Amino acid sequence: MAASLPSSRSKVVTTLLVAPAGLFFLFLLILPLIVVIIYSFGARAEAGGYAPAFTFDNYANLPARGQAFINTLTLAPLGTLLTVLFAYPLAYFLAVKANERLRTLLLVLVIVPFWTSQLLRYYAWIMILGSKGIPSWLAWIGMTDVRIINTPWAVLIGAVYGFLPLMVLPIYVSLEKLDKRLLEASADLGADAPRTFWQVTLPLSLPGVATGSMLVFILLMGEYILPQLLGGGKVFFIGNALVDLFLQSRNWPFGAAVSTALVAIMFVTIAVYMRFVLSRGDTRRAALV
Amino acid sequence: MSLRLYAAFIYVFLYAPIALIVFFSFNAGRYAMDWQGFSLDWYGRAFTNPIVTKALVTSLMIAGSTAVIATVVGTLCALGLERMRGWLRQLFDALIYVAIMVPGVVIGISTLIAFVTVFDAVNPALEAVGMARLQMGLWTVIAAHVLFNLAVVVLIIRARLAGMDRSLVEASEDLYATPFATFRQVVLPALLPSILAGFLLSFTFSFEDFIIAFFVAGPNTTLPIYVFSSIRRGVTPEINAIGTAVLLTSLALLMLAQFLLRARARAL
Repeated sequence: MAASLPSSRSKVVTTLLVAPAGLFFLFLLILPLIVVIIYSFGARAEAGGYAPAFTFDNYANLPARGQAFINTLTLAPLGTLLTVLFAYPLAYFLAVKANERLRTLLLVLVIVPFWTSQLLRYYAWIMILGSKGIPSWLAWIGMTDVRIINTPWAVLIGAVYGFLPLMVLPIYVSLEKLDKRLLEASADLGADAPRTFWQVTLPLSLPGVATGSMLVFILLMGEYILPQLLGGGKVFFIGNALVDLFLQSRNWPFGAAVSTALVAIMFVTIAVYMRFVLSRGDTRRAALV
Repeated sequence: MSLRLYAAFIYVFLYAPIALIVFFSFNAGRYAMDWQGFSLDWYGRAFTNPIVTKALVTSLMIAGSTAVIATVVGTLCALGLERMRGWLRQLFDALIYVAIMVPGVVIGISTLIAFVTVFDAVNPALEAVGMARLQMGLWTVIAAHVLFNLAVVVLIIRARLAGMDRSLVEASEDLYATPFATFRQVVLPALLPSILAGFLLSFTFSFEDFIIAFFVAGPNTTLPIYVFSSIRRGVTPEINAIGTAVLLTSLALLMLAQFLLRARARAL
């Protein structure tokens, strides 16, 4: 039927279907991002905001916020890595060892915290890591003067807590899809359990690890709430620098340059990473054939 | 065995903080980690605090509008993209990923700058003809939220469309159904669970968003903005009470949605 319709009419329908979304993308994504890039070459107006200019000063000035870049570029990858390390054994347990009847319930229980407010979950950790929480228990057994809140450790704990569900799911999916006969084959060929894990299970679950890491890394790179609440303004990310530049110091052109740099770093990292993961995937497929 | 122990540890790790929030929402005392006995006072105070109730209404209005608009626009877009080939489709694919990958803080900033630029350009003319000035409000938050959630909805619907059995559509066409009848009687019912999932996700993301609203809400206070500023002012069990109420409501709604979907699956 669809093929027998006059194709011009079919095209009109298609255009009408995608037009509203196209307008949203044009006016709220493309044009605003272009304006941000234009602003990043501008100058700060006397009263804050933007004054037209063409200068590279804002980019030359990026090292003034170097600490925010350093914190983000160390803690985001480190947080991602820690989340993988904590999530993998749980995903493995759920996919391979868990009781079949309980599996769905256990999976749902991993996801539920992710549906609760991020603000409230970090608020709970302020209570746990604050002076009346874990440090006071440690003082009780003789370890006084332990400070966790407002340190990089608090931010890392928050990262693992906040993003564990997002990491467990893709790893679980890749482990669940894994052909169990490969494990038997490995055992038949004389490999012990650890060797089968390192040479068969782990390599075959890497696509899930890659997907989860990508998701968590993207979200951590742009974090504002986590460093604000658990880093207490001392361990600040690029996101915190941006809020300061736009809403407090009102240096919009410099803020625009910082945003452009953040997005550029993210896209380059993602592109390199995808290239790496995809090329590895190809060799693995080739090896299996 | 040790793996099972590890799993138990992770579940405690995941749920202890949430349990802590719920537990201290019933605290009679004024300080967050200082148990003074059981009381429901903080629930009473939270829900008679006009700032809280107004913020809650604002958040519900934003999340409801965002979810409706993002679901409709996103579903239409996914259906349209299915019929498209060539560079325009690749452009849309790229835009969807950009919308999802650009951090919330950058979306907040770029939409803020765009709105301010438009307002500065349009407002003198509006004033000249005696019309109201454009300013930040609920609609600016909704617009920015729709942008992000629309991309999420498109991805969800397209995943379902890709997994759909094409032979059903062909059978319907062979039986002389019009394209619209095929859509209404075959495609739409198959898409319904994904449309509902997209709606729920959009509602949740919008209801819980802090950072985008922080930039473009103007003088309005959403619930996350209120909670964030109370946490920074010093914590009282009022936040625990609000958090517990929101948590229980969203869990109840999720279970209801799950139940409705199952009932539907049985009926089919």
